[in-house]
Amino acid sequence: MNNRVTNILISGVGGQGILLASEILSEVLMRAGFDVKKNEIHGMSQRGGSVISHIRYGQKVYSSIIPEGQADVLLGFELLETYRYLPLVRQGGSVLANKLQIFPPPVTLGKESYPSDIPAKIAAAFPDSSLIDGLQLAIEAGNQRTVNTVLLGALSKQIAIDDSCWQPTLRKMVPAKYLEENLKAFSLGRNL
Amino acid sequence: MERAILSGNEAIARGAYEAGVKVASAYPGTPSTEILENMVQYPTIDASWSPNEKVALEVGIGASFGGGRALVAMKHVGVNVAADPLFTLSYTGVKGGLVLVTADDPELHSSQNEQDNRNYAKFAKIPMFEPADSQEALTFTRIALETSELFDTPVMLRTTTRISHSKSVVTLQNPVTDLPEPALEKNPAKFVMLPSNARKRHPLVEERLAQLEEWACQQSFNRVEKAGGAIGVITAGVSYQYAREVLPDADILKLGMVYPLPKQLIRDFAANYDTLYVIEELDPFIEEQVLAMGIEVKGKDLFSICGELTPGRVAKSLSGQAEQPYFSHSEPLPSRPPSMCPGCPHRSVFYSLNRLKAFVTGDIGCYTLGFMEPLSAMDTCICMGASIGNATGLSKTLSAEQQRQVVAVIGDSTFLHTGINGLMDMVYNSSTATVVILDNRITAMTGRQENPTSGYTLMGADSYRVDLEQLCRAVGVRHVQVVDPYQIAATRQVLKEEMERDEVSVVIARRPCMLVKRDPVARKPALAVDVERCTGCRACLNLGCPAIEWRTTAEGKGVAHINRLFCVGCGLCQQVCHFDAVGDIHE
Repeated sequence: MNNRVTNILISGVGGQGILLASEILSEVLMRAGFDVKKNEIHGMSQRGGSVISHIRYGQKVYSSIIPEGQADVLLGFELLETYRYLPLVRQGGSVLANKLQIFPPPVTLGKESYPSDIPAKIAAAFPDSSLIDGLQLAIEAGNQRTVNTVLLGALSKQIAIDDSCWQPTLRKMVPAKYLEENLKAFSLGRNL
Repeated sequence: MERAILSGNEAIARGAYEAGVKVASAYPGTPSTEILENMVQYPTIDASWSPNEKVALEVGIGASFGGGRALVAMKHVGVNVAADPLFTLSYTGVKGGLVLVTADDPELHSSQNEQDNRNYAKFAKIPMFEPADSQEALTFTRIALETSELFDTPVMLRTTTRISHSKSVVTLQNPVTDLPEPALEKNPAKFVMLPSNARKRHPLVEERLAQLEEWACQQSFNRVEKAGGAIGVITAGVSYQYAREVLPDADILKLGMVYPLPKQLIRDFAANYDTLYVIEELDPFIEEQVLAMGIEVKGKDLFSICGELTPGRVAKSLSGQAEQPYFSHSEPLPSRPPSMCPGCPHRSVFYSLNRLKAFVTGDIGCYTLGFMEPLSAMDTCICMGASIGNATGLSKTLSAEQQRQVVAVIGDSTFLHTGINGLMDMVYNSSTATVVILDNRITAMTGRQENPTSGYTLMGADSYRVDLEQLCRAVGVRHVQVVDPYQIAATRQVLKEEMERDEVSVVIARRPCMLVKRDPVARKPALAVDVERCTGCRACLNLGCPAIEWRTTAEGKGVAHINRLFCVGCGLCQQVCHFDAVGDIHE
């Protein structure tokens, strides 16, 4: 194992399930034998605000905040919140964006405007980017609230962690009542 | 050894458990809240929410005086509330170990200021530990409790948001088993702080500090990490991680105890370097003490006093220039401020206060978001409980006519925290202002914690539910009205009546938070806008509901649109629509 630290960012809107997704991811990485640090802000930002979670793993991790411009992968749960955090991604980094727009209050009030053509702008700067219809796949999985698990499945392809680390973690951390649809959602994302 | 990935807060709770803590108390406050929430899983700990931080500390002190180990947790501004018992506790010392966790919030992620509570350790003359990750949060909790007993002193453990909320890998151990059983023991010379007793305790406090300082030089929580570099760095807490990240070749004196400083250790370390940095967030707390020792260091002339540090900010401060990111935006991005949830019972109160042109003295909670556009109905916000006193004082300066516009708005939990004292004063000193208690039956902002109005304890037991109406009447409020904030017209009418009344009145807007986990509020089906009927008048947008969006139809007509993923069917938009355009979804 070399001492390179891998940096993953997950961004979106408070209430989209980013915290649970990043919890599952960091548990998986620990299970895979890495040193892991994860960082995000709770509190005010939960109330529909912009949310970002940093996950770093390697042999030894110091800062839990990803040094600016050094993220290897950005997983965005919402288009604007994907676009917003692109400056944190390194050149050649991967960007996975959920095809969803949530208009923030200043846009609804007509005071500010939602940027146009975000997927094209992402693709122009980051050739290794993809757009995922998380909601469609979540509905396919049987529950529209499993979007975060679909996206986690898509992210899992970007990092070489064995399925044997993912499955038990999902079983441990997803409420039993919703386990089946979440397992399906994960596999739909992973097999995209 | 079992490994787990824990947040700093979870690790502190685990550390308390492993160290045999008997009593834990707190008032919720970001970023400290999860400490007590995570105590509940350990059956050997009696964990409780107190109505405020002062009570929480007093409960901890009582437990300590009985001989049990105690942990008390609060956010940084909570220590201001608990400062009165804290400073005298420094004189009495402890019996069972007592740790006060202060969770500071550099960058004001969720706070009204970014005070640096390391100053409290110096001010109250007590030791303070500062962990740099979750493993240290766990270990230092145990060491802090042992230090408390060893030196007969309360001990502070300081985290910052990035420590409290970051997760990292820790090793779990079994709890200690050989602690003495708590029992009554009279010792008035130590525990009764009359002037004659307290006078004798003060020199002991000073001696204790001197002993601690010397002891700290020998302890492994203060350590030197040699990289063989030409640069020396003194640092502590989360700043240590950034220093390691940015200066991999520097030698580092990593302090686990930030007060009192291990002066001899610092002297010995500093002697090796021509260039010595102190890297710390907020105040030049370590820097000033090192400078006072006659040692030259670089610190706040490079690193900002305001805001938190990050690896990038540390690098920029050291090199004098920021690294250009690969990608930067060529257009302005819309902000995404937090807002009240769809179905939030606070919304219609602020909507009405806006319409009634009230001057609102606000308070601390989710409802502080009533400040945001378009509700725009909050004019002051200082600290927990301040709304009521602020309204009293404001009224004293105003004409009779303007006095009627003054409305204090406060949540149920904040009212019991320190608002009730203000209400007593309001009646006692004949204020005429109106108080609105937003009673959503939970401490919502910090993530839905129980409180004395909710009817449940932290441990989940049923409990007495404070009767707010009776409480207000008992302090002398003659006009107490209860409204359902989902009824906009009725709510507005009552607010209007009470604002016009030249006497103290209390309006209780009662409806549970949409997000309460126990007895969840039944969500109604999402509503929809009839595009034919919608005239595009934008009246519904004035509610500031995140579920209501603005769309343009194929014909180019602007209409309201309800996002069914967010709508909980509260019906407020139906009530403000003049054209009957909002209704159930027909499919």
